[in-house]
Amino acid sequence: MGTRECRHICDESSPGIGEAGRTGEWRNAFPVINQEKCVVTKRNKLTCFLCWLYCPDAVVRKEIPVSIDLEYCKGCGICAQVCPAQAITMVNEGESCLEGTGGI
Amino acid sequence: MDGKERRRKTDVQMLDGNQAGAIGAKLSRVQVIAAYPITPQTPVTEKLSEFVEKGELNAEYIAVEGEHSALAVCASASMVGARTFTASSAHGLAYMHEMLHWTAGARLPVVLACVNRAIGAPWNVLNDQQDSISQRDTGWIQIYARNNQEILDSIIQAYKIAEMVYVPVMVCYDGYVLSHTEMPVDVPSQGSVDKFLPPYKPHTILDPSSPRNYNLVTLANPRANTQGILCHGYMELRFLLQEALQNSRETIVSVGQEFGEMFGRGYDNTYWDFRLDDADIVIVAMGSLAMEAMVASKQLREKGHKVGVLGLRVFRPFPKSDLVRALRKSRVVVVFDKDISYGSEGAVCSEIKAALYGIDTTAMIRNYIVGLGGRDVKARDLVDAVEKAVMLLGQGALNVEYPEWICQI
Repeated sequence: MGTRECRHICDESSPGIGEAGRTGEWRNAFPVINQEKCVVTKRNKLTCFLCWLYCPDAVVRKEIPVSIDLEYCKGCGICAQVCPAQAITMVNEGESCLEGTGGI
Repeated sequence: MDGKERRRKTDVQMLDGNQAGAIGAKLSRVQVIAAYPITPQTPVTEKLSEFVEKGELNAEYIAVEGEHSALAVCASASMVGARTFTASSAHGLAYMHEMLHWTAGARLPVVLACVNRAIGAPWNVLNDQQDSISQRDTGWIQIYARNNQEILDSIIQAYKIAEMVYVPVMVCYDGYVLSHTEMPVDVPSQGSVDKFLPPYKPHTILDPSSPRNYNLVTLANPRANTQGILCHGYMELRFLLQEALQNSRETIVSVGQEFGEMFGRGYDNTYWDFRLDDADIVIVAMGSLAMEAMVASKQLREKGHKVGVLGLRVFRPFPKSDLVRALRKSRVVVVFDKDISYGSEGAVCSEIKAALYGIDTTAMIRNYIVGLGGRDVKARDLVDAVEKAVMLLGQGALNVEYPEWICQI
């Protein structure tokens, strides 16, 4: 089955999640949130969210606890840079998560 | 038939090529015009802005700071459903280069009048075809006019072709030789053009209630979209553009036939044929040079040579099979190019040689580079060149590696 079935004559798509493909595959390092340090999780309040605000790919979920959609996170590390509590650590792909970070 | 009807049937005006081009665009009811003046195209932009300003043409004339922007405006306007027109020459066309690729890649049916002019260095404002030939690989259809009537007619046809195959069309005509030379031109009525040319239906729909992305980053491999449908990768889209150009020959000819039935001037082939039937020597030329070649062929006939002229009208798509049929039985094919692919030969000659490859033909093909930077090409020069080719054939010389130049070096 070829691509003619899409019936486009130039590049065309509808905006949607995953429109540009599984861009998480581009990543070299992934963010790991230490929920014990995260201000939002600790206070159980919709506060801070600088990671959500600065994420250029809108993959940080504005929820308690904060989580990141690794399907599309490209591993830029901006969230780790802007976190005032230093709750986010970038871990190289292929390396195991550091113990005690509380997962993602 | 009363006098009124007769007047309506034919409205012959003395027009130069630029006026013919502007009137062609006006009759096609273009909706957005963006162009930047450059010699010898300038009068086209002036005439069109005059039409808009006087209220004779209901269009937006968008002033821009350069040709790159001119075509960017046309491409964008075409994308949201407007029929668009631009015109340029030489350095201006070169400056548009990136957007020429973009317009074709986005499959937007923009029509551009290229008033053929030489490119510097050194500066030269006069005619040759190096400018449009340099843009042959941008994915545009290229049609060359021999006279001012063909300029007007070709622009109207260009919209119909472009909007059927979704490929932009460049209508090329020689600077000064046509652009600034008045000739009688039969101007069709607006009503008849309206019957011939239906409104533009875009394939790109920009609708806030159903948003679309167009021409985003498209990576090497096809991938499924959010609905799970496998979509083209970059290479599939390039294939489709090539396929559209390959197939456009049929559309160009059928639109030309339909135009002929409606207006009495037929364009039912990709080339103009002048006494090819019994010719064993064929002169090939493109644009106004084909008219000069007709004069030369008459002189050569008087000298006893069986000479015909093939005036190439469509350069992209290159009409390979049409030319094979027309040239395979020739003894000598003399190709005159007003362009040069440096280090190789004239572009038309290369194409003809490639088309005849593998065909059972023994035709000798000679290439002459003529008329660069406005150098006058006299019928006598063409006659001498053809006689020289025939003489060389008598001496057993077949194809030569590089073209000869008709100049005084």
